[in-house]
Amino acid sequence: MRHLVSVLVEDHPRVLTRITALFARRGFNIESLAVGKTHVSGLSRISIVVLGDDRTIEQVEKQLNKLVEVIKVTDHREPHVEREMALVKVHTEGVEDRLQIKEIVEAFRARAVDVARKSAVYEVTGSPGKIEGFIEGLEPYGVLEVMRSGAIAMSRGESVLKPRMKKEAV
Amino acid sequence: MNGAETILEALEREGVKHIFGVPGGANMPIYDAMYSRPGIKHFLMRHEQGAGHAAEGYAISSGRTGVAFATSGPGALNMVTSLADAMMDSVPLVAITGQVPRSAVGTDAFQESDVTGVTMPVTKHNYLLQDVEDIPRIIKEAFIIAANGRPGPVLIDVPKDVQLDEFSGSFDVEPRIPGFKPTTKGHPRQIQKALDALTGARKPVLLVGGGAQDASEALRRFAEKTGMPVITTLKGMGVLPGTHPQVIGMPGMHGTVTANLAIQQADLIMAVGMRFDDRITGNLQKFAPNVKTIIHVDIDPAEIGKVVEASVPIVGDAGWVMAQLAREAPQLQLEAWWEQIRAWQKENPLPEPRGDELTSIDVVRAFWQATQGQAYVSTGVGQHQMFAAIYWKTMLPRGFVTSGGLGTMGYGLPASIGVQVAHPDKTVINFDGDGSLQMTLQELATLVKYNLPVKVLVFNNGYLGMVRQWQDLFNDKRYAEIQLYESNPNFALLAEAFGMRGVVIEKKEQLKKAVDETLEHPGPVLVDLRIPKEEAVFPMIPAGGSADDIITQHPEEAGS
Repeated sequence: MRHLVSVLVEDHPRVLTRITALFARRGFNIESLAVGKTHVSGLSRISIVVLGDDRTIEQVEKQLNKLVEVIKVTDHREPHVEREMALVKVHTEGVEDRLQIKEIVEAFRARAVDVARKSAVYEVTGSPGKIEGFIEGLEPYGVLEVMRSGAIAMSRGESVLKPRMKKEAV
Repeated sequence: MNGAETILEALEREGVKHIFGVPGGANMPIYDAMYSRPGIKHFLMRHEQGAGHAAEGYAISSGRTGVAFATSGPGALNMVTSLADAMMDSVPLVAITGQVPRSAVGTDAFQESDVTGVTMPVTKHNYLLQDVEDIPRIIKEAFIIAANGRPGPVLIDVPKDVQLDEFSGSFDVEPRIPGFKPTTKGHPRQIQKALDALTGARKPVLLVGGGAQDASEALRRFAEKTGMPVITTLKGMGVLPGTHPQVIGMPGMHGTVTANLAIQQADLIMAVGMRFDDRITGNLQKFAPNVKTIIHVDIDPAEIGKVVEASVPIVGDAGWVMAQLAREAPQLQLEAWWEQIRAWQKENPLPEPRGDELTSIDVVRAFWQATQGQAYVSTGVGQHQMFAAIYWKTMLPRGFVTSGGLGTMGYGLPASIGVQVAHPDKTVINFDGDGSLQMTLQELATLVKYNLPVKVLVFNNGYLGMVRQWQDLFNDKRYAEIQLYESNPNFALLAEAFGMRGVVIEKKEQLKKAVDETLEHPGPVLVDLRIPKEEAVFPMIPAGGSADDIITQHPEEAGS
């Protein structure tokens, strides 16, 4: 089963290595991984799409929590929004093709971010399923290049991924 | 004060009294600072792996965090095995390694290696110390991380120029580890659940592991109040004295028949500070088929549910949790259960030595008799280790120092050094094999240098005995590459060459006298014990088997 796990980490050198090495060592499967800074200085947030049964995901969460630089881990089972972005470069030779492509682009609410003589780059945002649909739709015209950001997620409503305020004595 | 002096000052403030290490190019400033600092006693080891194991022996036997030093590159890499060993067996260790100067990092400099990278999977946490002002904080954090929660090794890699930088900060600093919050107090509701589950149990067993070494007293009260049979794992030995009437032995591959049958029949397993290692469970599908309730007490939440599903998980410190449980524990009605257990014990006594030859069992028993178990034991890895585990009734908590999870041959001798340093007035016995000893035997020189009176007992059968046993039983006696005898050194002469006493014992009749003389000798002694190559450790459950597959004697002897 597919799980989306968000991890709040201290922004230290090698913290990403620690996390990916942990996944490799324990045999957990990463489908995608996205990482970026947060609004709090010194904290980064990582979104990982993991494939595995409930027991595996439980271990993923527990093993991640054991890393000293991991502040918080959540497996998004609650209502949440999930987004991914992709850049897709398509071969656009004939005029007819361009019109048909435009139709697909509009249907997926994508937009052109670069248009050249023989190619164009489109930006699309949405669920991973939507992105796959978009890429599939463009296949017949010749997809030249794809870059996907990996899925990112956030809980709906009040719930916030943040460090625990009360620090338990160690 | 430079960085090196700052490191030593910070270590002293953590209460460090003993360090095991080897100097080299990249940690020379630290050794230079040590030259004029009498507060810390440094033990010069002959190999960095030995330094790591000595720090482990020190930590396991005393409960205090062990400290080891090594230089960059080969020095630090030599210590990787001991770090991995400490990680597997949850030993609190702080390793401080020298690194090439910051400007040289990443340039393939002389004796450079990516030590924080290499040790990442075998440490609980590690640091590359980049700023001299961070030293007090990072050392404070390292000691907190190493000793709290599930203990483990922490490595701090310190570039040489940082060791030489001038430090102007304060030692009065706060640790900054917001992600490190071990749970020590078990949840009251879970504790209540455990008590409720216990009340209905008719065939309960208490499985005790290394995580309970500091919970000895509470665990004993709990065990005696409930009357439960107690099974101690390899790392849990000594939590209750081995002669306690409720202790029914070790579980798993070389565990007692009774302990294994009790687990198979048990309706409730209460596991404390143990992690259901594969050497204990064997075939998981057939492990404890009658169990209805598993109460799992562990400070590491990741161990709960990793191998077996726990019906009552309790995350917390074993001492704290057991003290709570002991207070409320019910007295259980276990007459029928004990009757069954006593019957198993009667039907399945431990194998006895046959014939006139000197055997491993004789040796372990003779030393136990002479000391009444009032000695600290370390071991190598292999047959001798299992003979020691089975026949040495460990009487002291933290008294059986052995490499469990990693199974590191060569562990015994350097570990015994740390044990003797931590317990200068106690008898320390290192049960070792001829194979194991030869992996770290240069540390005999360390025994001599510091006149540490460790008794090194070499169970010498001229073979890699445990491999031989497996080849004998499972590979049709195809004895591939295990013969040591043609070129084994004369161990007693070798010991003499190192400057310590060396003795050879070939016959059973010599044993009693040799034991007395060995224990009375004020310095280190090596005893070369010539034992038969055919010896095999039983009981044995073959790897991946279950208690149904237990072998209690050699198949060729079974008929006779």
